[in-house]
Amino acid sequence: MNAPTAASTPAIELVGIDKRFGPVHANKNINLSVAKGSIHGIIGENGAGKSTLMSILYGFYHADSGQILVDGKEIRITDSQTAIQAGIGMVHQHFMLVENFSVLENVMLGVEGGPLLKRGVAAVRAELGRIEREYGLEVDPDALIEDLPVGKQQRVEILKALYRGAEVLILDEPTGVLTPAEADHLFRMLAQLKAQGKTVILITHKLREIMAITDTVSVMRRGEMVATRKTSETTMAELAELMVGRRVLLRVEKDEAKPGPVILSVENLTVKDARGVTMVDNVSFQVRAGEIVGIAGVAGNGQSELLEAIAGIRKPASGRILLNGEPVERLDPAKLRKKGLAHVPEDRHHMGLVLAFEEYENAILGYQDDPKYLKGPFLDIDAIRKDAVARIEDYDIRPADPRLKTANFSGGNQQKIVLAREIERDPACLLVGQPTRGVDIGAIEFIHKRLVALRDQGKAILLVSVELDEIRSLSDRILVMFAGTIVGEPAPHAGEQEIGLMMAGIGREAAE
Amino acid sequence: MSAPLGTLPRWVNYGLLPLLNVAVAFAVSGLVVLFIGENPIDAVQYLVVGALGDGEGIAFTLYYATNFIFTGLAVAVAFHGGLFNIGGEGQIYLGGLGAAFAALALDRYMPWYVTAVVATAAAFAFGALWALIPAWLQAKRGSHIVITTIMFNFIAASLMVYLLVHVIKPPGNMSPQTRLFEEGGQLPKLGWLMQWFGLDIGAAPFNVSFLIALVAVVAVWLLIWRTRFGYEIRTMGTNATAAVYAGIPYVKTVVVTMLISGGLAGMMALNPVMGDAGKLQIDFPAGAGFVGIAVALMGRSHPVGIVIASILFGVLYQGGAALAFDMPNISREVIILIQGLVILFAGALEHMFRPALIAIFAAKPKSRTASAAGAA
Amino acid sequence: MESLFADLIQIFAATVRLSVPLIFTALAGLYAERSGIFDIGLEGKMLFSAFSAASVATVTGSPWLGLFAAILTGVLLSLVHGFASITQRGNQIISGVAINFIASGLTILLGNAWFGQGGRTPQLANSARFTEITLPFAAEIAPIPFLGPLYSGLISGQNILVYLAFLAVPFTWWVLYRTRFGLRVRAVGENPGAVDTAGISVTWLRYRALICCGILAGFAGTYLSVAQSASFIREMSAGKGYIALAALVFAKWKPLNVLLTCLLFGFLDAASIRLQGTIIPGMGEVPVQLIQALPYILTVVLLAGFIGKAIPPKAGGVPYVKER
Repeated sequence: MNAPTAASTPAIELVGIDKRFGPVHANKNINLSVAKGSIHGIIGENGAGKSTLMSILYGFYHADSGQILVDGKEIRITDSQTAIQAGIGMVHQHFMLVENFSVLENVMLGVEGGPLLKRGVAAVRAELGRIEREYGLEVDPDALIEDLPVGKQQRVEILKALYRGAEVLILDEPTGVLTPAEADHLFRMLAQLKAQGKTVILITHKLREIMAITDTVSVMRRGEMVATRKTSETTMAELAELMVGRRVLLRVEKDEAKPGPVILSVENLTVKDARGVTMVDNVSFQVRAGEIVGIAGVAGNGQSELLEAIAGIRKPASGRILLNGEPVERLDPAKLRKKGLAHVPEDRHHMGLVLAFEEYENAILGYQDDPKYLKGPFLDIDAIRKDAVARIEDYDIRPADPRLKTANFSGGNQQKIVLAREIERDPACLLVGQPTRGVDIGAIEFIHKRLVALRDQGKAILLVSVELDEIRSLSDRILVMFAGTIVGEPAPHAGEQEIGLMMAGIGREAAE
Repeated sequence: MSAPLGTLPRWVNYGLLPLLNVAVAFAVSGLVVLFIGENPIDAVQYLVVGALGDGEGIAFTLYYATNFIFTGLAVAVAFHGGLFNIGGEGQIYLGGLGAAFAALALDRYMPWYVTAVVATAAAFAFGALWALIPAWLQAKRGSHIVITTIMFNFIAASLMVYLLVHVIKPPGNMSPQTRLFEEGGQLPKLGWLMQWFGLDIGAAPFNVSFLIALVAVVAVWLLIWRTRFGYEIRTMGTNATAAVYAGIPYVKTVVVTMLISGGLAGMMALNPVMGDAGKLQIDFPAGAGFVGIAVALMGRSHPVGIVIASILFGVLYQGGAALAFDMPNISREVIILIQGLVILFAGALEHMFRPALIAIFAAKPKSRTASAAGAA
Repeated sequence: MESLFADLIQIFAATVRLSVPLIFTALAGLYAERSGIFDIGLEGKMLFSAFSAASVATVTGSPWLGLFAAILTGVLLSLVHGFASITQRGNQIISGVAINFIASGLTILLGNAWFGQGGRTPQLANSARFTEITLPFAAEIAPIPFLGPLYSGLISGQNILVYLAFLAVPFTWWVLYRTRFGLRVRAVGENPGAVDTAGISVTWLRYRALICCGILAGFAGTYLSVAQSASFIREMSAGKGYIALAALVFAKWKPLNVLLTCLLFGFLDAASIRLQGTIIPGMGEVPVQLIQALPYILTVVLLAGFIGKAIPPKAGGVPYVKER
């Protein structure tokens, strides 16, 4: 082997990185080479394994196998300290800042320059001034983090990395919390860093950012690295396709929908998260009886918040939600259920099920006040178990044991427990989030058939899924969400590519 | 209090693991006894004979166990809701006040069983009331319930001293206590129950409260596993997000759970106040509120487990006295040490042996989960 | 006037004496809680330290060796708490309760076995205690009005631990706000993720904070049994650990506030002792129990957010888990 020349040595090289979290195979034999002085994008949907890969590079997780080479030399990154020493800095998606500390204190944490702060403070102040001038990262060193807007907080994270002498800077979904103006500013900073010879790895699920700023882009899908392209030689459409992938097409047999009256009507709905960031922005649409309306979109564009707001779990900031013509935006989930709104939540582990409960107990979650399960204040255990057994049979839930702890069921069977509970309630309207996430093929087909059957009974179904294929095969109408708004309603038989572009926000940009 | 989900078989998880934890606690206690220079096996013998050797010993054991059943249930109900009620002492104190008011008002006019019903309700209500403010502050304002209930213990202690010294104490009496309740305000001893088994109750204050405690055991079991509200408590305590999804109202559930918990603690006062002393006096809770934590942890918050743990602690309390008598080198407070170690090993360190047990028993449960996954 | 002033000096002196164990203990709790470890085992640490100090001082005749033993005890109990709540990620509240029980039981058990006085330790000779130190010129200044009693009755004539307690406050402030260790402790209690990503071990940092906690609890215990009293008495901490905990909350986890709060709580204690049985014309007997309960009531009111807001360290009580 020839000694690599400085120009050709990649700043970072990952060889055969593999990582499992229990049953989840987060990274499968990943290879990646990042050229020095470039901006390298890593794109993929949520859960594709991007963040895990970068956390391994930063020493936050340990890979089960594989090698990491920095500047052509293999190093063992055992913790963040070794990563920092190797010149790697990371800006996490959730900032790793101490909120009641000043900027200065946050920057110097871990590199105080001695047991006493005094000397360190002076040094940091001086060095910060220099870095700020060099990269245009102006920020008041004495401001408290909690008083700073999110964009500035992110700048502090970048400063932290630079102060530690980072040559390679990893940014994990950096624009998720930024306003467009702040994002533009960030990109200018990154260009500046590149001009100074730093290497930037940008993790994102937003195609626009990849096209705008990167030199090279790698695409991850379901834990695998599926492609690497020069940004100048690829298109958004190609990337969108690579991201979503050509999956085994699950054709669902269904007749033309026969839409009836409007059941669910959402009018000018705006939802904000705990930080006050607008997640759903003035959204309006309707779902009729006997139709499935699918909301497509790359994860994190407000679909989850929309679903939770309709289900009564999040209080909307403004707007109205009508169920059968009746305003329901102020009702809690219990009252909504009584009005005929059922909800299969996106996250069955944290929301849809209590994993420590026995199966039959989960079969009534949310319906524990249904009179048919009660004898006075007491639960009618016999009735509940009888019902549970009937559902287990009907939905082919295995093992067929209502007394088994729910955690011991597989993902597909857990999802069937939730689905059975919500569908069998004969709701007027069903909200379904990610119905087949983490579910095996057999169960996917089963679940899809059930949803179509429910539609054919004349129920209104609102489906949210990041699986474009699922949206396309199930929905009678498709709405595409991007950055909190509905950017378009593609024709029912629109091509994957067209929808993919809308999901990337390109439709909207064209309109603007 | 949610335990990380292991792949251990049921009997290991609910049988062997807790048993192991308690065994270690006792083993460490044995080492301390050895360190003092006494024989731990002899000590256990004295302890058991003292607690269970004759009718009087057994009756005393059950008298103490009665206290711990109430406080153990109180802690357990809160645990099920994901709440830590460390304020048992204060709630017992107030419960005693309620019971005493009922007894003082009725003992001259009513038979004991009428008074008992009213006093039970009053003890429950007063204990519940004392839990109300911490509960409400936790639910509405997020004030840490552990800190507030501790504070309320001390506030209760001051309040009771004030009331006993300045308000309730009969004029002319020197010591801060109420007058002696008359027969209509005292709970009868359970000598007849002991006689069924051919045992003599002796001077033990084993009384009707024990039966009330057993009723409470059944009631709590029904509440937690057989009522809608119990279902809601457990959902909130195990998965708070799922509780929101299920439309379970947080504030109401927290407050009512704590009211029940405080009420159960308050009911404990029946035993020492109306079953034993026949008057309200200072310091009658005697730490039973804290013992309830050990009992609930050891009994894994299950009513049956709590009864077993309560009897074990009853044995310790009664046997500890005998032990201290027979082995003067060992003071009665060895039981407090054992309590502490049980709390440490069965509570804070409850998962310490889990990895080892998983390593040992990993092969067996695998077949079950594998079949579960394979069936998908 | 003169006698009222003398009375005041007396109450202030009592306030100081009663505040000292609170100051040490609240500062002990401050290190633990600022690092994100709740510690309701302060009571037990103080109690056990008091026992160790008295026992060793009895055997060796040296208060300093007693202090050393007390510190060792405090640190050992802290390590037990650390093992449970950091290494094993157990419930911090339960671990604290356990320590309180263990201390309560073991001190009496060992005391009884070793000294045979029902859990007490033998009366210490003055040479085995920390006794009052008379500062220079105390006698000379004493006759001067106001200043004299103030100096000789309040400032002079305290034992060395009293002075150390008052020094421990600025020292803790300095450690917390002026040293690397303090910066990291404050950070780990707020966001352990920030500390971890900065390449610092969260575990070791929290252990060190707990060791500091143990050392200060050792001082508190020593003060009880070897300075304020001349022997260990069963349960002699008598809830002071919990008052210190309340003081820590009331002080919003800040060192200088801790001093003021402990003095306030100490003053309430002193006043309630002083006013016992006093009759105020027109109002009847002073309800001393109300004064005694006041620290707890005030703390609850503060926690409820009605007067200001006590915001605990954000990461407090939650074991740090990196891997998902």
